[in-house]
Amino acid sequence: MKGIIGKKIGMSQIIDPESGKATGVTVIQAGPCFVTQIRSAETDGYSAVQLGYEEVSPERLPSGERHHLIKRNLTTVRYLREFRVRAVDVKEGERLTVQMFNKGDRVDVMGTSKGRGYAGTIKRHGFNRQPTTHGASDRTRRPGSSSSGTTPGRVKKGTRRSGHMGTDRVTTLNLEIIAVDLERNLLAVKGSIPGAKGGLVIVRESVKARKNSR
Amino acid sequence: MSDNLVRAFDAQDRGFPKVSPGDTVRVHVKIVEGDKTRIQVFQGVVIRHHGGGQNEMFTVRRIASHGVGVERSFLFRSPRIDKIEVLRHGKVRRAQLYYMRNLSGKAARLKERRAGIAATEDTSSAE
Repeated sequence: MKGIIGKKIGMSQIIDPESGKATGVTVIQAGPCFVTQIRSAETDGYSAVQLGYEEVSPERLPSGERHHLIKRNLTTVRYLREFRVRAVDVKEGERLTVQMFNKGDRVDVMGTSKGRGYAGTIKRHGFNRQPTTHGASDRTRRPGSSSSGTTPGRVKKGTRRSGHMGTDRVTTLNLEIIAVDLERNLLAVKGSIPGAKGGLVIVRESVKARKNSR
Repeated sequence: MSDNLVRAFDAQDRGFPKVSPGDTVRVHVKIVEGDKTRIQVFQGVVIRHHGGGQNEMFTVRRIASHGVGVERSFLFRSPRIDKIEVLRHGKVRRAQLYYMRNLSGKAARLKERRAGIAATEDTSSAE
């Protein structure tokens, strides 16, 4: 089982001590996580591992979560997330850290993208602007036509319009791990990941890498 | 708190002298050829310096043979840099000296910055 819950810290550069090349990375503080429940095909219809992240005093939890954890004699944690697994290789109560990842591993990072509020079609769907001259200067960022005329006499479902953008669950696939800091529970992952600084992220073994290795 | 965690993977500052636009510098660069490493010196005028900490970079311009200008950018904290020597502080009035690209010969000289800041800097670094 390769997966961990963490927080996005921010972006930086890492200079490779051999080649001297700088790589843009995102720093993630991840774990320590605790295995809080094992879901199996027999009891739940699917197999998964539930992980908890960030210790918190029990009073701060909703009673459902609190008793879920206290009943099992586990550390009370703020966040609970499930990871689907093929084979369960961990035990309830086990402590997981960034140690499971090595430099060069490929991972996927899931997070919640930054909210953009009510966004127009240009920002939201990549529409083009209309001309600022030739008498069209009052409608440069408008969506233009959304459909044909009398036939069919309606707008097709799924037509791209303006609306709320962001705060979606976004997965960035196949990112390389550039560095691991066991002492401070940090991961440095090549490139950018979704969400704002401090946002909760899930790091798991890359699905693409898994497919290729088989 | 988060800011210093971002800095967690930074390369060490190896105490190279401060480099600023207009300075004439000698940069000793490690060059790896197969399994051998040798040092090459790149000497010229700093025409640009930007960033700080991990991201600090500077660009050196030198006039190679036949009057061809060669510019090379360095990461200040690059492990490939062996040593930086500042030979001269030039007196300049802007941060980017791109105008140097259009100048050659006598016109491309810079006056030396001596009094005031330069003098105090020199004594502190010499002792």
